[in-house]
Parts: sequence; C-alpha cells; structure tokens
Amino acid sequence: MHVPDGFLDAPTSTATAVVAIGCVGVALVGARKELDDKTAPMAGLVAAFIFAVQMLNFPVGAGTSGHLMGGALAAVLVGPFTGVLCVSVVLLVQCLLFADGGITALGTNILLMGVATVVVGWLVFKLLQTTMPKRLALVPAQAGIAAFASVPAAALLFVGLYAVGGAADISMDTLLTAMLGVHVLIGIGEGVITFLAIGAVVAVRPDLVYGARRVLARRELEIRSEVTA
Amino acid sequence: MGAGHGHKLHYHGHSVVHRAPAHLKILALLAFMLVVVATPRDWYAAFAVYLGVIAVVVAVSKVPPTYILKRTVVEVPFLVFALLLPFVAQGPKTEVLGVTVSQHGLEAGIALVVKGTLGVLASLTLAATTEPQDLLAGLERLRMPNQLVQIMAFMVRYLDVVTDEMQRMKVARESRGFNARNPKHWPILARSAGALFIRSYERGERVHLAMLSRGYTGRMPE
Repeated sequence: MHVPDGFLDAPTSTATAVVAIGCVGVALVGARKELDDKTAPMAGLVAAFIFAVQMLNFPVGAGTSGHLMGGALAAVLVGPFTGVLCVSVVLLVQCLLFADGGITALGTNILLMGVATVVVGWLVFKLLQTTMPKRLALVPAQAGIAAFASVPAAALLFVGLYAVGGAADISMDTLLTAMLGVHVLIGIGEGVITFLAIGAVVAVRPDLVYGARRVLARRELEIRSEVTA
Repeated sequence: MGAGHGHKLHYHGHSVVHRAPAHLKILALLAFMLVVVATPRDWYAAFAVYLGVIAVVVAVSKVPPTYILKRTVVEVPFLVFALLLPFVAQGPKTEVLGVTVSQHGLEAGIALVVKGTLGVLASLTLAATTEPQDLLAGLERLRMPNQLVQIMAFMVRYLDVVTDEMQRMKVARESRGFNARNPKHWPILARSAGALFIRSYERGERVHLAMLSRGYTGRMPE
C-alpha cells in the first residue's frame, strides 16, 4: 500500500524526500556498473515489468488476493542499484500518472518500497549466498528468504517514521505489533512468490538472474572435432 | 491496444490547464500539497478553500468532475486505515453515535481522509490534463537526472506493451481452463511472472541493439 498525502507531517515528508533523492543518486552511479550504456532501455523495461507484476493478483483464498511488491525480486533479478532505480521510477510513475501515493509522500514511498525492500532484500540474499554452498539450485530459496525478510523490515522503518512524524498518537507498541504481524504474513506471500518466480527464471535463463551469476557453473570452451549425428 | 496515445487517466482536451507547461503543473501540485499537509488539522475552513481551488482548476480544465470522482477509488485502502484510527488511538475518549472512540484518533482519522482525498483529487487533475511525454519534458526541465528521465521514458513507452503481454498470458491460461482460486495455483502464476520477466528483459536487449544500430551513445539526441 502506498503512503498517501497527509499521513506523515510536512517536516518528516521533506526529510524522507531528501534521503530518497540521495539514495536514488547513489543508485544512478552504481547502476552504470551493473548495466553500462544499456541502463536506460533495460531498466525502463524492467520497471515496466515490475509495474505489470504488481498487477498480477495472487489469490489468498476466500475471495481475497494480494500482489507482489517486488523489491527483493528486482534486486535479485537485476542487481541492487538497478533494482532501486526501477522500483523508484515505478513509484514516480504511479504517483504522477496514476494518482497512487501522494506527491508529498513520494520520498517516503521511495524510501520504504524502493530503497528499504531492495537493500534489505539484497543484503539478506548476499549474506545467505556467502554462508551457504555455492549452488544454483539454492538461489531461488535464498531469494525467497530475502523477500520474506524485506517486507517486515520496510514495515519496521514505516513504524519508525510514524513515531517521528505520524498524524495520530497511536501507542507505538500497538502499531508495531499490528504492522509487524500483518507484514510477516504479507512477507510469507512475498517470499513464496519470489521463490517460485526466481525459480522459474533460473530454470530457463539462469544467466539473466543477476544474483545467480556468481554461482553459475563456469563452462569451459569445448572444441569437438567430430560431428555427432 | 493501439487506441489513442494518452495513458489511462488522461482526458483529452485543449484547456488552459492542459496547455500549461508540465513543469509548472508539477511544481504547483507539489507546493499545493505541501501547504495542505502542513495545515493544522482543525482549520476546517482552510480545507474548504483548498477543495474550492481544486474545483476551480477542474472546471477550467473542462474535465468532467464525474471523470475525476470515479477514479478516486485508488484511495480506498487508506480509508480503511483512517476508519480504524478512532478505535486504536489513545487519549481522551468521546462518544459518536453511541460508540466510544478516541478523540485524537477521530480527529486524526478525519484529517487523514480530508488531506488524502485532496491529494488524490489534485493528483488526478494533473494526471487527467498532462500527457506522459509532456510530463517527462517537465521533469527534465526540473533538472531530474537525464538517466532517470530516460528510464522513465522507456518505462512509460513500454508499459502498455508489457501489461498487454501479461494480459495475453492471462487469456492463454484461462482459455486452457485455468482459474486461480487459492495458493495452490501460485506456482503457475509465478511461472507466468518469470516468463514475463524473461520476455521484458529480452525485449529490452532488442530495443538496446536497435538503438545502437541507429547511433545511440547513451544519451538521447538533443
């Protein structure tokens, strides 16, 4: 869910906007290393993909359904810097062209969904990758756990921001328990779907998955002298 | 698909609001909403004035008010949160229609609905009167980094292509009798998402090669 206008007070919104601009700036420099001159078309198409995948509804049962946030998914698929850029651009387009998420809350939304989920997702993923055996089959599971962790982490950051500049004096314990409770559930969905989606890509085009490049088995060039029928 | 060049919220027109430079409209929206957000929540008269400002802009733009009102459904999820506030907030209690609720929570809930609704109305007005390419030009004039403008331009350009691709996959699934009802069906949907990523990524590579063959050097021609 996008934070609307008026949810956090003006100073907090301005502060998050400044931090968000800084993070996007860092991501712009970093993304050049991940994609070089391909950055614009590739990140643009990946952003369109993230936007579309957020429209894909996953039924939870009893007529309700949820959708992916896609932060950790983006980080594992295209790398953390490009991931931050893609999700941030998605949020910008949703704000300006679809009136989804307030313009004064854009910085907050970018910080929560564009930066926090991608960065936490990527850090957890990297941590798991360095501690577990280097095997391609483990990448989807690592991505799933990373996606699961990224959602409550963003909720935690939201509670922190709300404590600083929230509109109503809700008891912080109540808010923290409610937000974490709900977002652990959402995180389970996010984790399972990310696990399945990364698994589907790894099965067909493991070379496209940024997070799998390091564990991709190096194949030696093999010159065959005889043509086998 | 292929019908019209505007995005889904755009309402074609030639009014002063439509023709105003996009960068001014973005700045005006941002300034207006900052004022709205910074207004103390018990200044009810001020909020009425803000609503009046939006109403005047909508009237000048000749976008039918019903067109905008119908699209305010995007704010439904946070209305639910605003409704909960009176019940979870602390502070002195008050009674509304025989139900005991928190005074602060009630005020905050009302303020949230008012400010949020003003935000959605103002944003919808911008979206209804601004073409995506004008918006991009406006953001560039506001000194948004060129790289970011380019990424956004590609996203906006290929948004319908990618969402249509997803729609075709949905039609294909359903024409084979698939109907997603519970988490048992997630693997199929997730595989669709994976396939959509591969198709989008490969399309990006093809677009990039097509651009290189036309002399692209990493920057858009001036």
